[in-house]
Amino acid sequence: MIQPADYLDRPFLSVTDLTVAFPTQDGLVRAVDGVSLSLEKGKTLAIVGESGSGKSVTAQAIMGLINRKAAKITGEIWIGGQELIAMPEPDVQALRGDEMAMIFQDPMSSLHPFYRIGDQIVEAIKAHRGIGTKLARRETLEMLRHVGIPAVERRIDAYPHQLSGGMRQRVMIAMALINSPDLLIADEPTTALDVTVQAQIMELIQSLQAEFGTTVILITHDLGIVADVADDVAVMYGGRIVELGPTRVIYDNPEMPYTLGLLSSIPRMDRDPDKRLDPIRGNPPSPIKLPKGCVFQPRCNYFERVPGGRCFTDRPELLESEPEHSVRCHLPHEERQQIANDVLHALTGGPTPL
Amino acid sequence: MIAYLVRRVVGMVLLLFLLSIAVFFLFNLLPGDPARLTCGKACTPQIIEANRHRLGLDEPVLTQYAKFVSGIFVGRTFSPDSPEPIKCNAPCLGYSFTRHEEVLTTITRAAPVTFWLAIGAFILWIFVGLSLGILAALNRGHWPDRLVMGISLIFYSFPSFFLGLILIFFVIIRLQWLPFPSYVSPFDNPVQFLQTMILPWIVLASLQAAFYIRLTRNQVLEVFGEDYVRTARAKGLPERVVVVKHALRAGLTPIVTAAGLDLAYLLGGAIIAENIFSLPGLGSLAVSSVTSSDLPLITGITLLTASIIIFANLVVDLLYAVVDPRVRVG
Repeated sequence: MIQPADYLDRPFLSVTDLTVAFPTQDGLVRAVDGVSLSLEKGKTLAIVGESGSGKSVTAQAIMGLINRKAAKITGEIWIGGQELIAMPEPDVQALRGDEMAMIFQDPMSSLHPFYRIGDQIVEAIKAHRGIGTKLARRETLEMLRHVGIPAVERRIDAYPHQLSGGMRQRVMIAMALINSPDLLIADEPTTALDVTVQAQIMELIQSLQAEFGTTVILITHDLGIVADVADDVAVMYGGRIVELGPTRVIYDNPEMPYTLGLLSSIPRMDRDPDKRLDPIRGNPPSPIKLPKGCVFQPRCNYFERVPGGRCFTDRPELLESEPEHSVRCHLPHEERQQIANDVLHALTGGPTPL
Repeated sequence: MIAYLVRRVVGMVLLLFLLSIAVFFLFNLLPGDPARLTCGKACTPQIIEANRHRLGLDEPVLTQYAKFVSGIFVGRTFSPDSPEPIKCNAPCLGYSFTRHEEVLTTITRAAPVTFWLAIGAFILWIFVGLSLGILAALNRGHWPDRLVMGISLIFYSFPSFFLGLILIFFVIIRLQWLPFPSYVSPFDNPVQFLQTMILPWIVLASLQAAFYIRLTRNQVLEVFGEDYVRTARAKGLPERVVVVKHALRAGLTPIVTAAGLDLAYLLGGAIIAENIFSLPGLGSLAVSSVTSSDLPLITGITLLTASIIIFANLVVDLLYAVVDPRVRVG
C-alpha cells in the first residue's frame, strides 16, 4: 500500500523526495523532482508516464546507474533497511545485480554483442558470489531453462544476434534474476517486442515474481499492461508523481486530468467501438522550461474550472484525496470525481449517472 | 567462417585481376611515347623504332598485357631476337630499361626500408593514439581531455614535412643529438638503424596518432552510451571491468579496420617522410620513377602497393570476424 512516505515502520522500498538534477547550459534540469513512493515486499508498482516524464531516470536512480559526477541526486532511497544515495559507490555496486536487478527496454542492444549469452550470465553470478565457473554455468543453464528458452544446452553458447527479440528478453530476465534479487526493475520490458511476445514476457515476469517473492517496479507508458500486473500505480508527469494509488482506484476513480487523458487514449474492451481514441493534445513539457504553475496546465482541459487562475501561478502539491490515493491537482476533490465520471462513462458509451 | 573466408579470398583474387588490367592500361594508354623515352639525346627515328620493336611496344596493347601477366607467373624474355636477350624470371613484374634492372629487384631493395619505417611508426602511433584517446574519453571535459585534444589538434594540423624539417634542424643540426640519417639494415647495425629511424617514426606517427586520439576518444565515448554497457553496470561489475571488458572491447574494434588500412597505405611508401630523411624506400622510388618516366617501374610499384592494400583489407575483415561474432554469419 502506498502513502506519501511518512512512517516509522519502513516498507521494503521507500523513496523520499528523490530529485535528480542534471547541470546543462540552460541551468539545472530536474529530470526527477521530489518523487516519494514506497512499496511492500513482493508487490508490484507500475510507474506510468510519457517519454521524458522522469520514470526511467527514477528507476536508474534507484539502481544507482546515474553517474554521480554528472547529476545531482538528493533525497533518500531505502531498500531493505539500507539507504543508497549516501552509500559509497562500491557498496551500491555490490547491491546492483545482487539485491536489485534491472531489465531494459531493448533486448537487442542490452546484451553485449561480442559475448556468448551464457558467459554474460556467468559473469553476473561471479560478480557477486565466489563460485567456480562450472557451478555458475550449471546454474545459468538451469535459469535459462526456467525462463523458457528451448534447447538450452545449445543456446547457452549462442551469441545474442542468433536469438530472437523475445528470447533475448528472456535471457535478460534470466540474467537479472540469477542472483535472486529482492527488487526487480523492469524498464519498459515489452516495448521493443512483438505484440504476441509481449504477453508472454509479462506472464513470465509475473510467474517468476510469484515464485521468488520478488518486488517489482514496472516502468511503462502502456496503461494497458498495468491493469493485470500492478498492485499500485504511480503516474508521472514532468518529473513528478501526479497521481498515486492502488491500481483499481487509478483505473476506476482517476482524479488527475492527465491520468484521465492516458486512460482515454488506450483501446479498451469495454469501450464504445464507434468512438475514436482521444489523445492528449500537445506535447510533454520540456524539462528545461517548465510552466510556472501546474506543469500539466497547458494540456489540461479543465484548468478554467479552478478559481483565481491558480493553475497558472501555483504548483499543486501531491495531496491525499482519499485514503491511499494521492493526487496533484488544484481542482476540488468532488469536481475531479465528477469529471472522471463523465469522461469514463462517455468512453464506454453508457449512461452518465450523476 | 570457412565459407566466409573462401568467399573473401575469391573476391580478392578477382579484384587483383581487375586491378592489374586497370593499372596496366592506365599507364600504357597515357599520352607520351615510352619508346621515345628509351633513347637519349642523340636520337633518330630509326633508333626509336628499333627500341619500340625491341621492347615489344609495337605489339597490340592486349598482347602486351597478356605477356605482362604471363611474365608474373612463368617469367618472360625481353627482346628475344636481339643478340643479348634479357631474361626475367617469374615472378616478373617487368624490366626497367632506364635502370637496366628487373623491376622486382629494384622494389625488393627498397621494400624493407619502407617496411621498417611503417611498422615502427605504426607501433608508436597505435600506442600513443589509443592510450591518449582512452585517457581523454575517461576524463571527458576535464583537463586531461582538453590538454590531449589540444595537443592532438596541433599535431593534426601540422604539415608533416614541416615537422620533419624542424626536427632535422634542431635535433640533428643544432643540438647534434643524432647523426645525419643514413639507412642501414637493423640486422647490420641496430644502433645506426635506430638513430636513423627515430625521427621519421616520430614524424609519421605524430600525424596519425593525432587522428587516432580523436578516433579513439569518439569511439569510446560513443560506446559508453550503449545499452550493453549500462547492462554491465546493472550487473554490478566493477567499473574497471565495465570499461575494459565491455566498453573498450566493442569500442576499439572499428579502430582495427582503420589501423590496418592505414598501415597498408604506409607500406605503399611514405613519400614525404622518406624524401625528407632520404630513406631509400618505396616512396622515394615511386617519386624517382615518375620523374624519370620509368613506366615499368611505375606500373610495378602501383600494382604492388594496391595489392598490399587489398590484402590488408582482407586481413582486417578476417580479424574483424574473429573479434565481432556478428560478422561471421553475414
